[in-house]
Amino acid sequence: MKFGVLRFPGSCDEVDALDAARRVGDAELLWHGDRDLKGADAIIVPGGFSYGDYLRAGAIARFAPVMESVIDFASDGGLVLGICNGFQVLCEARLLPGALLGNTNRRFTFRQLELEVLNSGGAFTRTCALGERLSIPAKHAWGRYYADAETLAAMDRAGQLVLRYAEGENFNGSLGDIAGVSNEQGNVLGLMPHPEHAVDELIGGSADGLKIFESIRLTVEGARV
Amino acid sequence: MRARVLIRPKAGILDPQGEAVERALPALGFEGVTNVHVGRLVELDVEDPAQLESMCDKLLANPLVEDYEVVLDG
Repeated sequence: MKFGVLRFPGSCDEVDALDAARRVGDAELLWHGDRDLKGADAIIVPGGFSYGDYLRAGAIARFAPVMESVIDFASDGGLVLGICNGFQVLCEARLLPGALLGNTNRRFTFRQLELEVLNSGGAFTRTCALGERLSIPAKHAWGRYYADAETLAAMDRAGQLVLRYAEGENFNGSLGDIAGVSNEQGNVLGLMPHPEHAVDELIGGSADGLKIFESIRLTVEGARV
Repeated sequence: MRARVLIRPKAGILDPQGEAVERALPALGFEGVTNVHVGRLVELDVEDPAQLESMCDKLLANPLVEDYEVVLDG
């Protein structure tokens, strides 16, 4: 299978995402100004500070030419993973419900933390067990997930709350300790922590992030059978 | 036409910036200040002010978490 990894001006985690994806399949960078997804089976919207995060994080990247193709791709059921700034971009594009606000601690914060898998049946977490803990780093200033109460309740019922911060790990003030959410169809996932930075025990102290990439590969290859 | 768009966090959504400012003021001797909220100001010249609301909904504000107010000057 092939991953397409977007690169905006100001992206900074696209190379790690490319490396993580290449541990389970092929991967290629896709420039923000191009519309061609180059035959990718899954898209990664990486972390960083796209377009300087001017106005609001993700607000301008959401209108990049490549995003028009990503929105069409997602509407057709294609798998799209947004990490950190990528999560913010997907929320701004309304591919995911809710929004990300400034951390309640008002600081850019970097921490290795524990996530809990709340939905292990989905396209992005099928290699995980329900309740399994993943050790993955987070680093951001705007990671406080917010959606109104009605939306959150509907997301909970539909299994869209996929990952949450384990007890004591929610430094950004996300409602319900939510760390990662999917759309209703389950083919778009956004999360603030960085699975692409946890793919090698030697340099990351954990390779738990690979499970997300491996899940995507299994989903794509399963769909082909 | 000159326009100003005032963007503020929606009521009920935690505003850590506003809280930090509210706590800082008494430390400088300014008492009796409550309900501090910090938002953004966008100033722009527009040929067609009728488009401002659409500009706000699509780009300038995020209506899920922010309220906006358009003020036309002159």
